Amino acid sequence: MPNICWLSEVTMKIAVNEAPSIRSRRGRLLIVATVALALGLIAGACGSSSTSNEEGSLTVYSGRSESLVASLYEMFTAETGIAIEARYGDSGELGAQIITEGSASPADVFFSQDAGALGAVSAAGRFSELPSSILDQVPSQFSATNGTWVGVSGRVRVIAYDNVKVTNPPTSIDDLLDPKWKGQIGYAPTNASWQSFVTGLRVLRGEDGAEQWLRAFAANQPKAYEKNGAVLDGIAKGEVQLGLVNHYYLNERIKAKGAENVKISNQYIGNGDPGGLVNVAGVGILSSSKHKTSAQKFVEFLLSPTAQQYFADKTFEFALVSGVTASDPTQPTLASLQSPAIDLSDLASLEQTQELLQKVGLLTK
Amino acid sequence: MMTKEAVLDQTPGVRRRASMPLGVSPVVAIVAVLAAAIAALPLLYLLIQASSRGLDTVVEEIWQRRTFDLVLRSLSLAFVVTALSLVVGVCSAFFIVRTNLPGYRIFAVALVLPLAMPSYVAAYAWISWVPSLAGFWGAVLVLTSISFPFVFLPVAASLRRIDARQEDVARSLGLTSRHVAFRLTLRQIRPAATAGALMVGLYALSDFGAVATMRFESFTWVIFGAYRAGFNPTRAAILSLALVAISIIFVWLELVVRGDGRAAKVGAGVSRAPNRLKLGPSRFPAAALLSVVVVVTLAIPFVLVLRWFFEAADSGIDSGEIFGAMRQTVFVSFLATVGAVFFAVPAAVLAARVKARWAQSTERTVFVIHALPGIVIGLAVVYLGIRLVPSMYQRLPMLIFAYVVLFMSLAVGSVRASVEISPVALEDSAQSLGLSRFAVFRKMTLPLARPGIMAGAALVFLTVMKELPATILLRPTGMDTLATELWNRTSVADYAAASPYALVLILVAAVPAALLTFTRETR
Repeated sequence: MPNICWLSEVTMKIAVNEAPSIRSRRGRLLIVATVALALGLIAGACGSSSTSNEEGSLTVYSGRSESLVASLYEMFTAETGIAIEARYGDSGELGAQIITEGSASPADVFFSQDAGALGAVSAAGRFSELPSSILDQVPSQFSATNGTWVGVSGRVRVIAYDNVKVTNPPTSIDDLLDPKWKGQIGYAPTNASWQSFVTGLRVLRGEDGAEQWLRAFAANQPKAYEKNGAVLDGIAKGEVQLGLVNHYYLNERIKAKGAENVKISNQYIGNGDPGGLVNVAGVGILSSSKHKTSAQKFVEFLLSPTAQQYFADKTFEFALVSGVTASDPTQPTLASLQSPAIDLSDLASLEQTQELLQKVGLLTK
Repeated sequence: MMTKEAVLDQTPGVRRRASMPLGVSPVVAIVAVLAAAIAALPLLYLLIQASSRGLDTVVEEIWQRRTFDLVLRSLSLAFVVTALSLVVGVCSAFFIVRTNLPGYRIFAVALVLPLAMPSYVAAYAWISWVPSLAGFWGAVLVLTSISFPFVFLPVAASLRRIDARQEDVARSLGLTSRHVAFRLTLRQIRPAATAGALMVGLYALSDFGAVATMRFESFTWVIFGAYRAGFNPTRAAILSLALVAISIIFVWLELVVRGDGRAAKVGAGVSRAPNRLKLGPSRFPAAALLSVVVVVTLAIPFVLVLRWFFEAADSGIDSGEIFGAMRQTVFVSFLATVGAVFFAVPAAVLAARVKARWAQSTERTVFVIHALPGIVIGLAVVYLGIRLVPSMYQRLPMLIFAYVVLFMSLAVGSVRASVEISPVALEDSAQSLGLSRFAVFRKMTLPLARPGIMAGAALVFLTVMKELPATILLRPTGMDTLATELWNRTSVADYAAASPYALVLILVAAVPAALLTFTRETR
């Protein structure tokens, strides 16, 4: 946009040249404001234009937060020489943004925290199909049925429990309905992973079965917390004995406070029980991307042993590519979990889940 | 009886001559109309998006029990928050301006500072301390805490402007003190109170941070959900339009309730500052009551943020990063403020000076989208921006533009109030002495409205600082503000890691908030 750059520069030059001749305070204030505005335009319109359209630089809309993946992006750049421009945001909002932008979207890649947002972008026809060399690396339940996105790391729902007070933790979600847990279960009603567990419940048990379980669960008076981390705080403080969370919150807590100070354990739920649902973070390439080769390199990188090991060790997730295991020997392998066989493409109906949760009084008040 | 009414209605000063063709410079009128057009842009997006699946979808979405319930829930939230803000705002303004309450100067500042608190921070602070607050009353608590200064500020300002001689006259004509209070004083503050109430009502409708954290299902919650969980922009647009319809009613209601405010419009002449009412021993309970307001709206959330901050201080704080984000935040907020004031002043002047319907509608349009949550305005700018000016997409000018659309209405109210109290007669005589209408605007209207402009600017500045959803959508890649950094940290870890950003954000936003007190004080 050279004319705007030029205009701003001219405005600023005039303003700066005129400034000394203006005596009144108000006049000078006006000049300061004009200069600031012109500076802003130059900085925004002209300054960054030289950097943002660099050949080969890749724009990633990142629903995964900076503190989790920024160093991974740096590793990619170091390995391939391809610069990454990451825009961090909420996965759902980034998905809405991509759909709203349409084919002019500057995004090359969408790296989402969960499958739902990927499914929505895919349904809007904004993804291009991934080659089978990529799709084949990951079990098919963790990628799109139509091959437009692929999961790169997994997290599993667990029952975290106070390992001093609780000796026999529940082994299925139905055990949670036992009256002995009344008022003793913590959960995070607005958390996306909890909600996709409920979606999984709907897929596995049908609408009626899911509603039945949710009503019984609500009757057991679970305690609502703002976040998964707060649920673990609640267990540590003795407010509740059990918590429905993702597995890695415990790892993070141990890392922050030291193993000897954490009296909480994870109960993994096997036997295909809905409580052991695996969610994935995944990635897709925009059909409007002008850097498809670089974008594909990025997706391949996320599935490479380096990145998979990073997920297993740094973010405490599960690698989805076989052969990569966490350095921590206490971490179970994904294959040993016997998680329910749900195709994550079926988890897109999040809005209906929220309606159901509202209906049974577990979401809003 | 007739005489008393006549006294109350007296307007020393000059009423506008009916024959004036247009009371303001054409330049002012054009920029004002432009401001309204800019403010209406999101509506264009909403109409396109809402109709994208045909009219049937629109009717189906609106015409269901759930939507009706939603309207009721949001209206009751807005209503309760507005009513409480009116009570708290008007009462505390009265105590501070018209009584000898101990420490009224300190209270005058402390009662404005809650404006600096982002709703999501205050809500999170409360709910982490008292989890059972979740729901309607938690949302009411947080929204009232943050927005009652919208009422307090203009009401305090108008109480300060009241000419005590009018009250003397009213008393000498046989009105009792109670009559004076209700028929004169209350009437004089009514325009200020209703203008404030409108801002509170629209804010309560548009806020997402408080209702999300308090888990109260309001319109904004469902609109966010339609994007985040339903990936259904059409549904979000339809619901947004319903929200716009509600806000049109609010904006219209304010016009009706405001009254003409003529009793407050006193021209030059010998006026007397009002006496401070001597409160006897009752001033201590009164001060205690105001202290409770300050503790609940300001101290408690602030202390909780401080507590997280000291937790975080143990694990180290990257002050360089915080300082960078702060500079960036102040820079964009400043640009946005300049832009918002540039459009708000002409819109306000037009509405204050031209009583014709088109002029009033122009100003009102600016308010109509103020009930929409930031994500809707942000996506509207995404939709239109990437199609109309793709080269500016996710560049600073477009972000600033979005801020202007979002927040120029905040400045319009206080500028308008300021212009309305400056005598038209001065402008008329200046013009009759040969000044052009634009010169009159520049040399008389603007300087006289300066307190209002400064107040409006301060309000825009601190609100832009706290803005999150539109910033995330439209910021230049790599630009971090305090609000985005705060969000960035809360989305993974707990609030301790985010607290340094929350603290700096509150402290920096407190500067323009405190400034608001002083610009009003100097009136």
